[in-house]
Amino acid sequence: MRLFTHNMLSSNIKGVANGFPLRIEVEQVLEKQVDFNPDFLKNLFPKLEWKALVDAARTMGYAELPEEADSLMLESEEFLRKFHHALLELHLEEGALVCPETGRKFPVNKGIPNMLLHEDEVPDLACNQVLCPTICERYGKVD
Amino acid sequence: MWYLCVFYHRLLDYRRAEVESLAEMFGGLSSLEWRLPENQHPDSPFHLVNLPSEDIARKIANRSILVKGIYELWGEGSSYEQLEEAIKSYPDDRKWPYLTCDTTFKVIVDSFGKATSFQEQNDRIKSLAYIPFKGRVNLKNPDHSFWFMETDDYGAHNGLPPVVQKRIFFGRLVGGADRKLLPTYQLKSRTYLGPTAMDAEMAFLMANQALVAPGKLVYDPFVGTGSILVAAAHFGAMTMGADIDIRAVRDGRGPDCNVWSNFKQYGLQLPVALLRADNSLPPWRPGLKEIFDAIICDPPYGVRAGGRKSGGRKLLKGIVGPYTVPDDKRTDHIPSTAPYSLAECVHDLLDLAARMLVMGGRLVYFYPVLREDDVVDNHFPEHPCFKLIASSEQILSSRYSRVLLTMVKTGSYTDKIAEAAKIKHQDFKENYVKWLEDGNLHSSVFSPAHPQLCEETDSKLCKDLKPKYRGKYV
Repeated sequence: MRLFTHNMLSSNIKGVANGFPLRIEVEQVLEKQVDFNPDFLKNLFPKLEWKALVDAARTMGYAELPEEADSLMLESEEFLRKFHHALLELHLEEGALVCPETGRKFPVNKGIPNMLLHEDEVPDLACNQVLCPTICERYGKVD
Repeated sequence: MWYLCVFYHRLLDYRRAEVESLAEMFGGLSSLEWRLPENQHPDSPFHLVNLPSEDIARKIANRSILVKGIYELWGEGSSYEQLEEAIKSYPDDRKWPYLTCDTTFKVIVDSFGKATSFQEQNDRIKSLAYIPFKGRVNLKNPDHSFWFMETDDYGAHNGLPPVVQKRIFFGRLVGGADRKLLPTYQLKSRTYLGPTAMDAEMAFLMANQALVAPGKLVYDPFVGTGSILVAAAHFGAMTMGADIDIRAVRDGRGPDCNVWSNFKQYGLQLPVALLRADNSLPPWRPGLKEIFDAIICDPPYGVRAGGRKSGGRKLLKGIVGPYTVPDDKRTDHIPSTAPYSLAECVHDLLDLAARMLVMGGRLVYFYPVLREDDVVDNHFPEHPCFKLIASSEQILSSRYSRVLLTMVKTGSYTDKIAEAAKIKHQDFKENYVKWLEDGNLHSSVFSPAHPQLCEETDSKLCKDLKPKYRGKYV
């Protein structure tokens, strides 16, 4: 899992109000080289949560990113290289993502985060009653 | 300028849609003007298309999968005499630059719906003596290729209705599809395959419909073995995939046979992310939106593979409360999943796409339809953020087809639209309650035909009914 993915994910467990950012538990970090694409990075920059990226990179052992960043810094190749490295080249191969509210661990094995919820963590079917009234008509209301 | 666009005679419904998508990608053109040559049926491989420049025409043709060639048409006619007249009256200043003595050229004789012997081909080339070729012949690597193409007038054999009359075309090749891609990427040489891996040709077509280009971020929420993302990565995109099946996405069949290895096999950039997630409960952080340039997928619709989502079947029926996982079992617990109906799956997909696609981004996915009397009901899913710009049918059996839908995001995703989408989809769902029935599509596709119907139509009648014209079956 790259930190780009980490920056997109949150814990969507029932009742969790703010499941972002997920804390990273590191067992094994790999570095894999990725082609440098400045345009891709510039496009992505405004959509990222910068602080979460800085903290995550630090957890993974990379402390080169500045605490704050703005779009002007995207002109500097040096900054882009660091940004690129943190966002795309650091891999969490083994470890876990931890929900900041409940402490629930989403395991990361072979680089794949497992974000599937357990039965008792799935948000109530309230949303499904809106989306799928037919199911509810047929099977009765689910509390 | 009008160009002759000749297609490979397959996936008929996909041909114009592909060229239109590529015209948008290379020329920023939102629509294209098409014409049919005289006496040609719409299913004919010969079409005329109006493109702003040869450069755009070349880029479209070279990137496409179904364009055999785009040609500058020097002449056409229903007889060789007519063709000669047409070529002679084509402006000289358009012809001369390609006929000069410092160029090399070759002439290719091609036919549709019939074979031309080597002798006939030579005769055709010799008959072109009225064109003042000054250049040298180079069969391997010519500067200019000229194509002499003819269709014959004895209909039925060429897969088209027998209304087609003989038509002859002569033109200069501008560009054509690189079909060498297909053997390179064909599924039988792919290391990691699943039962629903997407055929390479179709995956490339999907990538073209989605305007995949270098630096774009492409997402597949039902990634499986990654067969769609492989095509997207070939065109330079950054790819991201999710699947609810952890075995498909993480384990594969071993360290050298998994989704990653499918990318390494072709030397492609590895996916930016692969994760296990449920399309009905996407784990994206609140506030994250408009990040993907395209979403391309083949949703599970329950014929070859059924969809799954979080929550057991009994749980959803409200018979039991949610299973409480004991604390000591939490780490390795494997949550149960429930069947995911097509209607709900598509609803979730549209909602996700409306939120996560950038403005102008494209959602490209397959949607199954039952075929009754060869008429396909085209009530496709709708969403206020999206405009449907192409629907291309591929017939899979006499019972059902799949339709490749291309939707473009035209409106931003507001709370109001999210709410409106639910209401709109409600309407769609009420007419499609049959989709919600478990395995309905599956049984419609696989159950034996109605016994009475079989008796009524005896075998003789069946033979008569069997259409000679194959149309979209090719």
